[in-house]
Amino acid sequence: MDTSSVLWTLISIFYIGLSYFAALCLIFGLLSKLYGYLRTPMPWPEVVTPAPETEGGAIMRVVGDVLIFPNLFKADKYLWAGAWVFHIALAAILFRHLRYFTYPVPSLVLSMETVALFFGYLFGVTILYLFWRRLALPRSLYISNIPDYFALVLLGGIAASGILVSYWLHVNIVDVKAYILGLMTLRPTPPPAHPLFLVHLTLVLILMIYFPFSKLLHAGGIFFSPARNQPYQIQNPGHRYINPWDQSVGD
Amino acid sequence: MKFDETPIVKDPAKEGLSPPNIRENASAAVRCYPSKPKDTQAIGLPGERVPNWQEKGIAKFAELLEKNKALRVYMDICVRCGACTDKCQFYLGTGDPQNFPVMRAELMRKVYRRYFTPAGRANTLSEAADFDEEMLEKWYTYFYQCSECRRCSVFCPYGIDTAEITMAAREIMASIGVSTKYVTEVVAKVYERGNNLGIPPAAWKDNCEFLEQDVEEETGKPIRFPVDDYGADILLVPPSADNFANVDTMIGYGKLFYALGIRWTTSTYCNEGGNFGLFLNYQNLKKVNKRIIDAARMLNVKTIIWGECGHAWRGAILTPTLNGPMDMFDPPYPYHISQFIVKMIRQGAFEGRIDKSANDDYIVTYHDPCNTARAGQLLDEPREILRYCVNHFIEMPRNTIREKTFCCGAGGGLLTDELMPIRMAGGKPRAMAVKHTGANYLATICAICKAQLPESMHYWDVPVKVGGTIDLFARALLL
Ligand code: SF4
Ligand code: SF4
Repeated sequence: MDTSSVLWTLISIFYIGLSYFAALCLIFGLLSKLYGYLRTPMPWPEVVTPAPETEGGAIMRVVGDVLIFPNLFKADKYLWAGAWVFHIALAAILFRHLRYFTYPVPSLVLSMETVALFFGYLFGVTILYLFWRRLALPRSLYISNIPDYFALVLLGGIAASGILVSYWLHVNIVDVKAYILGLMTLRPTPPPAHPLFLVHLTLVLILMIYFPFSKLLHAGGIFFSPARNQPYQIQNPGHRYINPWDQSVGD
Repeated sequence: MKFDETPIVKDPAKEGLSPPNIRENASAAVRCYPSKPKDTQAIGLPGERVPNWQEKGIAKFAELLEKNKALRVYMDICVRCGACTDKCQFYLGTGDPQNFPVMRAELMRKVYRRYFTPAGRANTLSEAADFDEEMLEKWYTYFYQCSECRRCSVFCPYGIDTAEITMAAREIMASIGVSTKYVTEVVAKVYERGNNLGIPPAAWKDNCEFLEQDVEEETGKPIRFPVDDYGADILLVPPSADNFANVDTMIGYGKLFYALGIRWTTSTYCNEGGNFGLFLNYQNLKKVNKRIIDAARMLNVKTIIWGECGHAWRGAILTPTLNGPMDMFDPPYPYHISQFIVKMIRQGAFEGRIDKSANDDYIVTYHDPCNTARAGQLLDEPREILRYCVNHFIEMPRNTIREKTFCCGAGGGLLTDELMPIRMAGGKPRAMAVKHTGANYLATICAICKAQLPESMHYWDVPVKVGGTIDLFARALLL
């Protein structure tokens, strides 16, 4: 074996190892964080009113929060527009990526192809907008810190490298898919030897490791916000809100 | 005073709030007097800063993270989007960026990251900070420039409730012997005398008798203000200020119950609904609140009705959780005087007995107290009462009422003289919104609002009378 193939073998092993590590970090990090939220009790009714008075209503309120960001809309229409389009584009892109993880690929995923590039650009543009916002508005600039910029730069890098390998400096999709399915079936194969793809992959793996330990966790935390997910149910006779760690009456 | 005095409600009709420019440290020097050992010891808190306060504080923090879901979630998920930065009245009034709700919470998050996250332990890039003297000082300053009003939560995409964070920070501080004179003094008075003002039982009774004489002279009717009447139907738990500063509200209760022929009473064991434990720590919150249930049991009443007090209502909502089931009383649990009046109106109890023109000298607008609006679902009842008893009712701009209401500027344990600069600054958004309506009567249902608003309205040059909704209702009520 010549040196370059030795090097490539080492690189492949590194990526395979890192891929598994990142996946484990994401899954277990996320589970442990979310389990922490789940098991921690809310000792008193915390709901911010006006609030729905039924469980069903409270669930709808959270679903609404996840889908259309009503509070942000009330607060700042421009920010709302940027954030909402950003998340829609992100969702579309993630959905389209299912084509690399499924076999056979569902037709709905394949039908995304025609609009994929559009969402790719949209994602990139909204990242630039959100970045610009942080720098241009004095109050946003004041509160922004290094992790905030880091998250945007990371996502921006992922978007740019992703668009490039899909539409300009093509990476062989068959190789990509072989790599991913290989990882998933625990029969890993080397990643495609395409430098820009490796950049894309590296950034995505960093994101996966970073995700559960950063503010990006808002994606899961939003379901656990007591101010939003509790119904206002103080007045039902026979029903009361119980504090699991203190049921004494207060002597 | 060094705060920016340009009006911030530029054109409220178009929902145009224009926040001030950032002025670093603008309110850093406004701080509460520290508590006195005689008060803190009386309410089960350390008399002075405990030795090892850093470790003890962090241990308390760890305990709260295990016990309070809101705190745990809110420490992690803020994305610093900035939506809340111009929503807090204390930022709008002072321009101090530490009064952005997000920066206030970051004071706590920095400490959280240092002691409870792997990245924060390792380095400073992740915006972590030690819980040291300097940080404690910032906590003491800015967690006592938050009125726990929850306005920020309404605009946060995840509903992050800075009030919960403030409460947790104050709880940690209280546990290591750092608290304020005003709040601890008030709680101590409740245990000693039964109310926040420290009125002794005899004086409470005297005052009720004076009121009876006055009202009888005025109306010719034997309207009673019963005290400790065993077996009454209703125990009214007013804020104690209603019997001294806001007597029109007290008279209102009396006339109301007289008109309905209901036997009611107040209690000298507990003639206060306002719960300052909310501003201090869990243990006192619970203990203060229990007095209400105890008083009701001692007097063997059928039900408890909470008077016009915002923080009392917040406490009332917590009552079944803190102090056990309320099944021995008639529902609903809890019961607010506004809900009671609305129920009576709808049953037709006042049919033909209301003369709206009695209030024709007033153009009335309504200030939603933060706690009744954002903690207690009482948004429509007070408005229904006002529409029923006044001819000229006018709302303030939409972005300043209902769940978007501003705090009066003195809730959450800030109603103390040494905080006057921050109170007047925080009162500015409300004052500007009232000015916009041209009203001459500002109705509200909270004793703290009723103490703060006259001062802030005067300061910002808005000529209105401040009073309760019951006051107006009673004026229109034909006896
Ligand atoms: S609105 Fe919520 S998420 Fe945004 S900065 Fe404020 S607290 Fe953080
Ligand atoms: S709870 Fe109220 S006072 Fe406290 S930060 Fe939020 S808006 Fe400001």
